[in-house]
Amino acid sequence: MSLISLENVTLSFGGLIAVNNVSFHVGKGEVFSLVGPNGAGKSTVFNLISRFYDPKKGDIKFEENSILALRPDQVPSLGIARTFQNIELFEQSTVLQNLLVGRQRHRKSNLISEMFFAPSVREEERRHRHVVEEVIDFLELQAYRDKYIAGLPYGVRKVVELARALATEPKLLLLDEPASGLSLEETNDMIYWIEDIKNQMGITVIMVEHDMNLVSSVSDRVLALADGKELAIGTPEQVQSHPKVIEAYLGKSGEKA
Amino acid sequence: MRFVFKKSYDDDIKLFKHKPQAFYYLILLVLLIALPWLIDDFFLGEATNVLIFAIAGMGLMLLVGHTGQISLGHAAFMALGAYLNVIMMQKGVPFIISLPLAGVITGFVGAIIALPVLRLHGIYLAIATLAISVLTEDIIVIAERWTGGVVGLVAEPINIFGLDIDRYGTPIAFYFLVLIITLLILAAYRNILRAPLGRAFVALRDSEISAQALGVNIAKTKATSFALSCAVVGIAGGLMGHFAGAFNHESFNLILSIQLLLMIVIGGLGSIHGAFFGAMVVGLLPQFIAITRDSISGIFNLGSVPIPGIETASFAFILILIIMFEPMGIYGRWLKIRTYFELFPFYRKNMFKRQKSYLKTERMK
Repeated sequence: MSLISLENVTLSFGGLIAVNNVSFHVGKGEVFSLVGPNGAGKSTVFNLISRFYDPKKGDIKFEENSILALRPDQVPSLGIARTFQNIELFEQSTVLQNLLVGRQRHRKSNLISEMFFAPSVREEERRHRHVVEEVIDFLELQAYRDKYIAGLPYGVRKVVELARALATEPKLLLLDEPASGLSLEETNDMIYWIEDIKNQMGITVIMVEHDMNLVSSVSDRVLALADGKELAIGTPEQVQSHPKVIEAYLGKSGEKA
Repeated sequence: MRFVFKKSYDDDIKLFKHKPQAFYYLILLVLLIALPWLIDDFFLGEATNVLIFAIAGMGLMLLVGHTGQISLGHAAFMALGAYLNVIMMQKGVPFIISLPLAGVITGFVGAIIALPVLRLHGIYLAIATLAISVLTEDIIVIAERWTGGVVGLVAEPINIFGLDIDRYGTPIAFYFLVLIITLLILAAYRNILRAPLGRAFVALRDSEISAQALGVNIAKTKATSFALSCAVVGIAGGLMGHFAGAFNHESFNLILSIQLLLMIVIGGLGSIHGAFFGAMVVGLLPQFIAITRDSISGIFNLGSVPIPGIETASFAFILILIIMFEPMGIYGRWLKIRTYFELFPFYRKNMFKRQKSYLKTERMK
């Protein structure tokens, strides 16, 4: 059974067709990567799933139900979490507070009970904090727990963003370039984490990534896009050696090596 | 430097970080309670005024400082609260019901206005809220039947369970009334900030798109913030009406809107402390100027010649100084001083420097 499926999705901005008739489905527990040159429409696919964009044609289904009727803020309640390519953290808040915002979709209290900080609110707050602390443990963020984002280095911010997505307790995690700008060590950490997210937490991952080392180490399947169109889909090896993919990255050549 | 050893999640939830901090605030509370016996009636009136400004400041701080939505129209909601309260009291509603009800109605009106207005951002939002302020002044004059038009209204003395409270007759009782309301609103404010709603406000301020991607309904949350803000400012307006005794359309003009906004900027955006510090500056500056002027003219024997515009000029001067030297406001300066002593001698000057090297667009390491 596929967890999420895109069916013939097309999106255009004026004359530019950003996503052209793309279809794929991702099964439960899979790590699925989107690769392709800049401007291929990878992040646009994420923004479509997050409902920031409306597709012109086609359908997006999560657990067999179309999500096209939902508002962007209703998508997380299905269990879809995401990170952003250009880190979108709440800079004037601590790491802990950032992660707690990830618990918004589990908010049950209302304005009045929160104003009086009723016992039920306190109880809920403890549960939120329990989940968040587990995530902090998992991603080894203890040292930064009470630090403000504005003072953190880039690599840590990347991890905090991943942590915030995990704090929502998602079924599907969308990672937009999780390793961009990270050092080799940090990228290796990311590989372990993504493997653990898949194997221990059972979360399905879709990621956009340029680092082929990361992509081939963790992905079950890869979809290569160029100019909004599907080039190839398959295992990392199949996609990497696909002639169309090589052509998209390196251009046409008379003779192949 | 103090290290707080946290043993349970409640350590992060509770209102005071550690016992000494709770103790400092207790001392402050005792001082506030003892204040009527420490200063004379005139200065007690000024202290009451500061507290009323602080309530209004808290209302605006929630919207501007914590949700990041600017408003230049909050004097309008103060006016609404003041008029509603007095009109209801004239109809025989007791104060203990009329004031909260005035706040609630102002909040609802705020929510209705917020839904279209808060779709705007930045400078456009400022203009739209400015328009609300200007319009309200005119509406008050037009709706003469209820508002008394240019003549205005006179606030009746308050009576709570047989206890008469009047600004001039019983200044101590009025001071305590305002103090209790301030503390109640402060408690509710702190509670909201440590609950999911408060975090949603801050999330909206710092990144709308990721707040949305985490499940925050932008329109609803902004409207909630605006409504809460208006309700609190409405209550402040109601108290202001009683403090002033009589008021008309000019009592809540555009200048007051701007003054409220400047107040929280001077105090320090994004902190409740800022609302109180700002209120002290705004509330006490006119008296400070008057006293200074009198003593200077006493020394040089100038007689008491009023200098027109000196209040506005001093206010502007303070604002310029703050924006130039302390963008984080008075509270920001206080934080720096405190950190200096906490870390002595390890304080570094650039500790509070804004990080400019990690811009959102900069992706290189």
